[in-house]
Amino acid sequence: MFPFSFEWIWDMDHVVFMGGLWYALTILGIGMTYCIIKAAIDACRGNDEHHH
Amino acid sequence: MDSALIPRGVKRCSLWQFLLFISVVGAVLLWGVYAMLLCWIKGLNQTNMNDYYGFAIWIWADLAVIAVGGGAFFTGLLRYIFGKDELKSIINYAVLIGFICYSSALLILAYDIGQPLRGWFIFWHANVHSMLTEVAFCLSCYFGVLTIEFIPLILENRQIDRVPFFHHLSHNMHEIMAVFAATGVFLSFFHQGSLGGVAGVLFGRPFAFREGILIWPWTFFLFTWSAAACGPCFTILITKITETVTRKKLVKDSAIELLAKISGWMILTYIIAKTIDTWYWATVTAPSLGQTLMDFYSNNPLYGIWILFAEIVICGFVPAAILITKKGRKNSVALWIAVILAVVGVCINRWVMVLQVMAVPVMSFDYWAMYFPSWQEIATTILPVAYGIILVGLAHRYLPVFPDESELNPIETLPAEEEETVEPPVDLEQELKPAGA
Repeated sequence: MFPFSFEWIWDMDHVVFMGGLWYALTILGIGMTYCIIKAAIDACRGNDEHHH
Repeated sequence: MDSALIPRGVKRCSLWQFLLFISVVGAVLLWGVYAMLLCWIKGLNQTNMNDYYGFAIWIWADLAVIAVGGGAFFTGLLRYIFGKDELKSIINYAVLIGFICYSSALLILAYDIGQPLRGWFIFWHANVHSMLTEVAFCLSCYFGVLTIEFIPLILENRQIDRVPFFHHLSHNMHEIMAVFAATGVFLSFFHQGSLGGVAGVLFGRPFAFREGILIWPWTFFLFTWSAAACGPCFTILITKITETVTRKKLVKDSAIELLAKISGWMILTYIIAKTIDTWYWATVTAPSLGQTLMDFYSNNPLYGIWILFAEIVICGFVPAAILITKKGRKNSVALWIAVILAVVGVCINRWVMVLQVMAVPVMSFDYWAMYFPSWQEIATTILPVAYGIILVGLAHRYLPVFPDESELNPIETLPAEEEETVEPPVDLEQELKPAGA
């Protein structure tokens, strides 16, 4: 549910609940995007210095 | 035939043996899938749920796998946030077990809601006053975290790792894993707690109702605490079972002992808190609602006072006493007993908080409502177990789940074999010794 949905109400319950969901999803999304883009750049550069 | 996929430096059974094993477990899986399709196609009339039991064995199984799957978030917390490097030996397996538990929980919910095509309603038309909404949010997001933690392990398969992009992706994900682990801890704290909160806020059910802080009843904190305490015991238990089945040592003793020690202290503190909570509930909360302790444990065929004794003393104080002592942790039999009791204890706790709550009469015309699941419910509850065994089998065979396995089980390689399955990694060659008798 987003603030532009017809069910949305600007109260603490909606902000905390949905805000918590977006917060978690944003962290996961940004984290994965960073990893994927960096992996693509590293692969293109042929950088192979690390071992895990 | 599949030797090119097997990690270097380890030995696996032949492919036909593995396929036979998968086929046997797969037959059980298919039985569960058949029952699941019956529930989806014909509806929830396939179950023995009724007006008394809107929550039944599925919800118990759900809460139980989430509790025992708590080993993933707690081990991740210890490894990535508190920097317990000894747990490197077991963290991959903890993540795999957590992934299986949480995917199983979501699968169980998919057939419990009866109409899975409308499962997304809980996100879009969210009831923001419901603890179950919080559970759904955190559960789904945490499953995403576990998937992210599991992906690097898949990418480390010998063949996949050869692809430069996947190799770098795996490395990059490892580098920021602490961020994902911290997010997972945050999500786990709330969904484990809210599952307890669901029971604790039922003021019409004096067996479950608890007081607490602000909107959170004490059960909120007890559920999170018990999952963090008993989850690692489940991880140790499954590790021990895997070692027994494969007849190999897969994880260093130091990792098992550290996890067991932390788990032991967590169980001890949890069970003291649980005892205080039970005492206060029995002497203050329940009487204020017009009932006494023995109202909840008498005149019925199953729920005697024994179940409370079993949960708190036998499956609480006993494993805690074993795990907090060095002698107990080092004794293999005692360790087995302790982790089994701890896992049984948390499962009993979830059972009584889901099913005994429903059984206890609350109206003057009510009776002790007993329930036994239908075969479809049993089959669909066993289905995730079969799925978990298959996934563990596949991961153990093709992925480097146990980073210390080759060191703990050195193998003698024949020259012809070196290019095939058992070629040791370059950095481990020096450490390999001839196999024992």
